[in-house]
Amino acid sequence: MWDQEIRAMASTHAIIAASVFMATVLPAVLVPGFSVYGTHLLWLYLVSGAVTATSVAVFWLLGITPPTKKHTLGYKLSRLFRSCLYFFLSCLFFHTVVVLYGAPLIESALETFSLAVLLSSLTTLRCLCVLGPNVQAWIRVFSRHGAMSVWDTCLQITVACTVVGAWVGAFPIPLDWDRPWQVWPVSCSLGAMFGFLTGLVAAPAWIHYHRKQLTYKCK
Amino acid sequence: MKGLPVLSFLLWVCALYFVGIYLFMSGFLLVRLEVNRTSTCGDVLQPGEDPADFCRVPPRFRRVVLLIIDALKIDFARFDPRNTAPKPYENKLPVLEETVSSRPSHSRLYPFRADPPTTTMQRIKGFTTGSLPTFVDVGNNFASSAILEDNLIHQFGQVGKRVVFMGDDTWESLFPKKFHRSLPFPSFNVKDLHTVDNGILQHLYTTMMGDDWDVLVAHFLGVDHCGHRFGPDHPAMADKLTQMDGVIRSVIDRLQNDTLLVVMGDHGMTDTGDHGGESQKETDASLFLYSPSSLFSGPPAQSEPDVVPQTDLVPTLALLLGVPIPYSSVGQVLLPLFPPHGQIEGAVGGLSQLEALWINAKQVNRFLETYSSMAKDIPPESVSKLKDEFSRLSSEYLTSVREGRSPSPELAASVQTYLTSVRDTCRATWAQFNPLKMAAGLAILAFACLICFVLSELSLMLLREDGPRLKAPLVTPLVGGVCVASFQLLTRGYIEVAWCLVVAAFTSELFFLWKAHRSRVSDTAKNGSKAPKCASWLSPRCLLAPPLLVALLRCASLLSDSYVIAEGRVVTFLVFSLALYIPVHLNWDGLLLPPSHDPLKCAGLLPSSALSPSTVRKESSTLLGCLGLLIGSLYLSLSFHGCREEQGSCQPSPFLSPLSRLQDTQLKNLHYILSVVSLGLWTHLLRCCLRHYGNLNSSGGTVFTARWILPLLSVCLGLHWAVSATPEDSFRNLAKVISLAQLALPRAAFCLLGLGLFLIWLDPLTVFLKTRAGPLARGSSLPPPRYRASTSISPQAELHHLIPQIYQRIRHSLDDGELTRGSEVEGRPAVEAYGLGTVYSAPLLLFCGLLGIGLLLLHPEGMALSFLLLLLEMAALLHIHASSTTLSGLHGTFSGGYNVPWTPVVLWSLATTQFFHATGHLPTFPSIQWGAAFVGFPDGHTGTMLPASLVTLNTFAAHILFAVGCPLLLFWPLVCEVRGSRGERAFGEEGEDAVMEMRLRENPNQFTSALLQLSARYLFIHGAQVFASACAAAILRRHLMVWKVFAPKLMFEASGFLVTSVFLLIGVTLVLRVEIALGHWFKRLIPDASR
Repeated sequence: MWDQEIRAMASTHAIIAASVFMATVLPAVLVPGFSVYGTHLLWLYLVSGAVTATSVAVFWLLGITPPTKKHTLGYKLSRLFRSCLYFFLSCLFFHTVVVLYGAPLIESALETFSLAVLLSSLTTLRCLCVLGPNVQAWIRVFSRHGAMSVWDTCLQITVACTVVGAWVGAFPIPLDWDRPWQVWPVSCSLGAMFGFLTGLVAAPAWIHYHRKQLTYKCK
Repeated sequence: MKGLPVLSFLLWVCALYFVGIYLFMSGFLLVRLEVNRTSTCGDVLQPGEDPADFCRVPPRFRRVVLLIIDALKIDFARFDPRNTAPKPYENKLPVLEETVSSRPSHSRLYPFRADPPTTTMQRIKGFTTGSLPTFVDVGNNFASSAILEDNLIHQFGQVGKRVVFMGDDTWESLFPKKFHRSLPFPSFNVKDLHTVDNGILQHLYTTMMGDDWDVLVAHFLGVDHCGHRFGPDHPAMADKLTQMDGVIRSVIDRLQNDTLLVVMGDHGMTDTGDHGGESQKETDASLFLYSPSSLFSGPPAQSEPDVVPQTDLVPTLALLLGVPIPYSSVGQVLLPLFPPHGQIEGAVGGLSQLEALWINAKQVNRFLETYSSMAKDIPPESVSKLKDEFSRLSSEYLTSVREGRSPSPELAASVQTYLTSVRDTCRATWAQFNPLKMAAGLAILAFACLICFVLSELSLMLLREDGPRLKAPLVTPLVGGVCVASFQLLTRGYIEVAWCLVVAAFTSELFFLWKAHRSRVSDTAKNGSKAPKCASWLSPRCLLAPPLLVALLRCASLLSDSYVIAEGRVVTFLVFSLALYIPVHLNWDGLLLPPSHDPLKCAGLLPSSALSPSTVRKESSTLLGCLGLLIGSLYLSLSFHGCREEQGSCQPSPFLSPLSRLQDTQLKNLHYILSVVSLGLWTHLLRCCLRHYGNLNSSGGTVFTARWILPLLSVCLGLHWAVSATPEDSFRNLAKVISLAQLALPRAAFCLLGLGLFLIWLDPLTVFLKTRAGPLARGSSLPPPRYRASTSISPQAELHHLIPQIYQRIRHSLDDGELTRGSEVEGRPAVEAYGLGTVYSAPLLLFCGLLGIGLLLLHPEGMALSFLLLLLEMAALLHIHASSTTLSGLHGTFSGGYNVPWTPVVLWSLATTQFFHATGHLPTFPSIQWGAAFVGFPDGHTGTMLPASLVTLNTFAAHILFAVGCPLLLFWPLVCEVRGSRGERAFGEEGEDAVMEMRLRENPNQFTSALLQLSARYLFIHGAQVFASACAAAILRRHLMVWKVFAPKLMFEASGFLVTSVFLLIGVTLVLRVEIALGHWFKRLIPDASR
């Protein structure tokens, strides 16, 4: 029944993963002195930008974004504005959470904020693409019976994987190994990235294997 | 209510844990008693001669230069001319080899084997006392690290030798005021390769040329620091060793004939430059001896030792320099340094080999006798064997001396064997773990954890079929223990208690588990419906649920030294994660938000919520608000942490230093005001809470405590802070008053605290009761109470439902904000009882609060803020638990019982560790706040019990508060029920709802089982932590950090568990005490009411 959708999802995810890959490899070839650890912030923003651009384009092309009620330009603009605002607010939210988790408050605020931007572009942006700027729907999606389509389930899986990845990424920080990837926020952003990629792979696979059990109600 | 089974189960489990901890500790912690006697010149005499003073005889050497090059491995000192491509650390000290080959009778190079632990401080202790320092040298005063045992430096001082020291400042703390002149340099910064060495070099040569020294100790740290920083295989090491080569050359050039030069390393290093363990790379240092005058009788002979143990330096140096051998030395003189018997002509005033050996053996025997009379840890049979051997040797030697003939060379060899066997015996006792005991301890701990888990899962069943259940596990161990004891007595003649305990604990544990398993199987067979529930509790899915996963992560974190060092933050991280999990989980179950009545949504699949949307909204906002409070206090609590020395760039919290140490007056005032405000808030919040639930109306002991003792106690505390913070010279005329106040105020506070706790114990009920005959005007305006009981005729049924009726009054009084209000039901005399709804939690809360203030007294003033955060966090946790229970609708039906789920219990016990750190404590010995022992006793103590218990109370304050408050987790959802049921639902349902904690009385079985389950879960988590740190210590016992990180962590964790279990038992007992008092109260009430 959902074979087509699953295939669409898999290809979408492949495109997003490819964009992440390109954002890592291309500058490594082109820009001298680029490395994921050394120029971490650059990599981080490149990846965030790539993920943002591809997901917005792909989801817009696929037409997953919930249909707008009005088609006036002003309404669309206000929607766009609200989306941007929500994105920024989610960056602030993630920043606060990360600081509360124990990140330094003042010292490396830029690094912390960059991590928040990455997390937002991996999670909030997807919510924006799939559900639109509607916080209630976001909260609704993250409950057991809240998913109303395959895309909602996929959103649940990727967001959970990303957040858990970033959480696990904090584990190696206190270890005394003196590795370059233990520097704040490298391990966390790498963890989030790996979690996100895992989610991209896991979501279509999980949905494929559970397609018999999945029943979505009235959309 | 069956209080006794609960208590006995808990006591039994605690006893199992204690046995496990004791066994593990006795196998792991190497304990040695320090012998506080010192050798004197008079007591070591040669036989047969007139009792001349030993020290008067002119010694072989007048002076000695002791160059200690930290971590001078034997590989560094060797020189191999055939090695054409030497590594950075090879062939860099050619001077040693050159001297040895060019002047063979003047110098030697030996491998110098240290005993583990190969850390600098233990090594300095080792080669000055000649003993084998262990982790815990009992008798050592913990506060300072000064060596109290007899040692070389002390002996040098006794005979008037002037000891000049320069280098590593560890010496200064080990031998305070023992040096004639001392030039210590800071040793802590490992990255600094040159400060200490350059400091020494500035003074070394000038001092040597001067004449105001007899013993010159220079301790170079550069090589060690270079190893720590770069590892041995680095060009910096080559530079450092070349520098040392130059130093040794210059020193050799400046030596005079009566001077001995000793160049030695205190330990070696691994290939990565670390040390501390007992691999050969770490233990094998080098020892180089040189003197311008002839030192040896010839070139190296076949009989020379391959390796010199580090302890052997002490008697050798002592005899060469003519001082008595330190009392507790177990070393053996280096024979090649002494001329053979009959060839004394070369060395003036020296001793022959046999004489030196004799003196040495006599001293070792004397030490062995003293030690074995003080402590029993050396096996008695080996002690007696050694003693026999010595008496045989001594008679042989004495007869040969008396007869004037030269003793046989075999005698020297057997004296050497004797000395070696003494040292080996001592090492086996003090420096070797007992793996069997450790394994047994670990197994017992593991089973105890398993039993806690089983208890928590099967609590209801265990209590239901009570009777033989606990008696059998108590009788079997007795039988087992007695069996083992008698077996030991028969075969070996003495009893080793440890192994009897092992067998007893094991039989008890296995018996219980078997019984539990069998009864579970029979239960499943009998009751098919319960089968899935019972079968699921050990499945991996259940064990890997997030709360248990967090607990598991916490235990796993104890296995890594980095995580133990960063423990405070790790635990905060975990608490924060688990706290965030609660709303996420609730939202996942669709319980956080009221179910939307969107017609589009298919309602069939949603669980039908029993709660109205407004209640849900209210509860969720409470939950989120409390979560915010929790997170806020977690974050703020991070700023009260202390610093370990391993954490390089860390500033300890400014609130940790007592006020009296602050210089800035304004800052001082600010801190004082902050502390007093938090103290006031603590008191005020407690009283507010009690008043809110109507617990301050009666006239019992508890209420008296809450009304008067609590505020008085805080006033006392505030005044005490003010007095102790006054600078000493500011009020000279009031000095007497101040010193009196410093004595009296804390003591008064202690007395008040004791009185308060006693009163709570004596009269824990906070229920205010009134009986009135007639209806009041305002009472009639209330909606008539809707109880089925009110229409029943049977007096028995009437009594049965009396409790809800009573409760109804309280609720009305709460609603109207008025505390005394009468009501009347159908003309019968009405009974009013205020505070009945919180009858269990109120005394517990007050107990906690009082105890908190008492513990605060033992802390620095700034910690008041941290304690306030602790209270807030407790409240937030309780409310989160209550709201989430309400939201998930657990308490709505009786079938669910009052079980406390794992999440709040894990949070509660993690918060313990978190506040252990947030009150400025660390699991290290130097960070213990010794000042606590002097609160109220500024002049010190006579005994050791009182200061020890005060310091324990101070250190484990968080453990105590959270353990006593643990039963609150059971009560709080019921206490908060009043808000949840005030909505439309409460009155609409059957009459049996909303009686707060009276629900527990209605279901005594459920109550006891829930209480047992909660305590078992709490003990499980703490026990698992003890188990994990014991595992860490056992697995990593060869780790570099074991004595710095893991062993102290284990000791703190184990003592924390001890304190926790004791105070958890106190809390549970208090609840049972309330239960008993309540029973009496109802007995008194019921005749009154039914009259």
